[in-house]
Amino acid sequence: MKQFFAFVKKEFFHIWRDKRTLFILLGMPITQIIIFGFALTNEVKNSKMAILDFSKDAASSQLVQKMSVSKYFDATTVLTNYQEVLPVFKKGKIKMILVIPQHFANDLQHGNQAHIQLICDGSDPNVANTLSTYASAIIKDFQTAIVKEQKLPYRIETDIRMMYNPELKGAYSFVPGVMALILMLTSAMMTSIAIVKEKEMGTMEIILVSPLRPFGVVIAKAIPYMILSMVNVVTILLLSVYVLDVPIRGSLLLLLSEGLLFTITSLALGLLISSITDSQQVAMLISLMGLFLPTTVLSGYMFPIENMPLPLQVMSNLVPAKWFYSIVKTIMIKGLGLSYVWKETLILIGMTVFLFGLSIKKFKTRLS
Amino acid sequence: MVKSNSNNMSAVIVNNISKKYKVEKSQVTALNTVSFEVLKGELFGIVGPDGSGKTSLFRVLTTLLLADSGNASIEGFDIVKDYKIIRKKLGYMPGRFSLYHDLTVEENLSFFATIFNTSIAENYDLIKDIYQQIEPFKNRRAGKLSGGMKQKLALCCALIHKPSVLILDEPTTGVDAVSRKEFWEMLQRLKAQGITILVSTPYMDEASMCDRVALMQNGQILAIDKPDQINLQFSKPLWAVKAASMYNLLKTFKKWEAVESCYSFGEYYHVVMKSDLNGSDVIKSYLLQQQFLDIEVHQITANIEDSFMALMNKSHD
Repeated sequence: MKQFFAFVKKEFFHIWRDKRTLFILLGMPITQIIIFGFALTNEVKNSKMAILDFSKDAASSQLVQKMSVSKYFDATTVLTNYQEVLPVFKKGKIKMILVIPQHFANDLQHGNQAHIQLICDGSDPNVANTLSTYASAIIKDFQTAIVKEQKLPYRIETDIRMMYNPELKGAYSFVPGVMALILMLTSAMMTSIAIVKEKEMGTMEIILVSPLRPFGVVIAKAIPYMILSMVNVVTILLLSVYVLDVPIRGSLLLLLSEGLLFTITSLALGLLISSITDSQQVAMLISLMGLFLPTTVLSGYMFPIENMPLPLQVMSNLVPAKWFYSIVKTIMIKGLGLSYVWKETLILIGMTVFLFGLSIKKFKTRLS
Repeated sequence: MVKSNSNNMSAVIVNNISKKYKVEKSQVTALNTVSFEVLKGELFGIVGPDGSGKTSLFRVLTTLLLADSGNASIEGFDIVKDYKIIRKKLGYMPGRFSLYHDLTVEENLSFFATIFNTSIAENYDLIKDIYQQIEPFKNRRAGKLSGGMKQKLALCCALIHKPSVLILDEPTTGVDAVSRKEFWEMLQRLKAQGITILVSTPYMDEASMCDRVALMQNGQILAIDKPDQINLQFSKPLWAVKAASMYNLLKTFKKWEAVESCYSFGEYYHVVMKSDLNGSDVIKSYLLQQQFLDIEVHQITANIEDSFMALMNKSHD
């Protein structure tokens, strides 16, 4: 046992003295969360729009007012005629133009029917779609306010409610994703590099000739990275709660234990990588290609798995991050308990046991 | 579990060990039926050029590599079956500096002491002489030590658990002459404490400091004996020859049928003639005939390097 702790202590020295790597390890979750939270977002906020108001009456200015106070639109540009439409789009800043024809208020009150045109920049279909939906919702809202007093026959009101994430915040989906990514990187990549480093430096030769058991060496190597990963989990959770306003609705303890489980899965993967490679570069390459890519692409947090071709859907089941992502979403965002994630948890445990067994078996007690 | 052994005097017994490597589809024989015995408390040297199989042999003995055939035992324990016991009894210093560069001298030593289930204090006597020399730098990172100090620290780490057999792979390669001399003096002191030492070196001059040496080449052992005995095996007279134009001299010797072997040694060529008769006169007159100037020829006694060259040539034939 004393030998074991001496090894763990030595491992901490390695990590602590390599300040650059330590900085990257601990800084990575912070930068990732901030980049994903504030810079890389697919939400539409403060989109620049232009107003082409031919009517200029009470109703039209009321509508324009309503548009510009919403946080989705920034309606500062005012156009005066149709000739200006194309040049404005060509400049590329304006994403949508609201065109209100003449006699808008009049048509609305007396003709019972008024027209409004929305011209969107379709070069980015997703943004155009989102913007037109938001705008339509605001217009519908405006209409409802006007016709409130009138009772129309046959009318269907759609009430949309977004469960768990009423504001459709992107953070709700990327926080679990970033968590999976960071844990995979720190645990798997760093452990594999740490073990391969001993092989490269030749220290493995002496370690092997010592009475230390391979099992002990492997576990002692993994423990510091496990602790570091848990620090990262806590950092991510703190940032998401206090900076991104993503709540932890479920049990914190359950969430942390699942985090620990996934950390151990990743460690086991890292150990496996280290036992089949002999140089740090190869270990890093395998970690990046073999773990980073599947984790981002096939875990479901960037691209929905349901839309993928069947072979990819089947493959995604082999990616541990997919299961962890779903566990974190269920616990953190939906606030559900273990009874809703036991299947995913069991799969992760199974993967961990398998990977650990394989890497212990593959760990060489000799040099070749 | 202590095993009885046929020869209780032997600390290391190597019996017909062979090892082949695969290097890009072709097979390389690293060890070819190597056999020898090292007595208890002996300082046994293995001398051979780079690539002669010294490191492979040591890796087999330290249980790091499995031999293709043959067997070996250390202190009576089989290197394959009882590898766990052997790993407790062995002190091993690999050819490459294999300590943690980012740990200090003291941290390295105490780490290796702990993983071998002991402490620096417990076996301080054994390493005292060596450790005192590097103790002023005990808070320096091992990566920042000079070559000689690194080797001393590595030796301390290999010794800290009081091994009964110490295996050192080229401990003096890349170390300056003064440190090399010190290092060998340390080995002599360790030997005096009863530790069996198996050491390899590419330097012929170091061979004479061993009790016995094995000359190794191409994975084979050419000869095993006491250093001066090996020199006695050198049967023919040896001539040191010098002339004004050394390069032409070498070419001349290579062409001359009467010469058995010729190689450079310091400022002389060491020449062995096919016939023992009157070598000095024969060489002088031949060289005069070839119009060499400042000719100098005198007989010398063979040293270990001459013996090694002779044995190497013999194994080539």
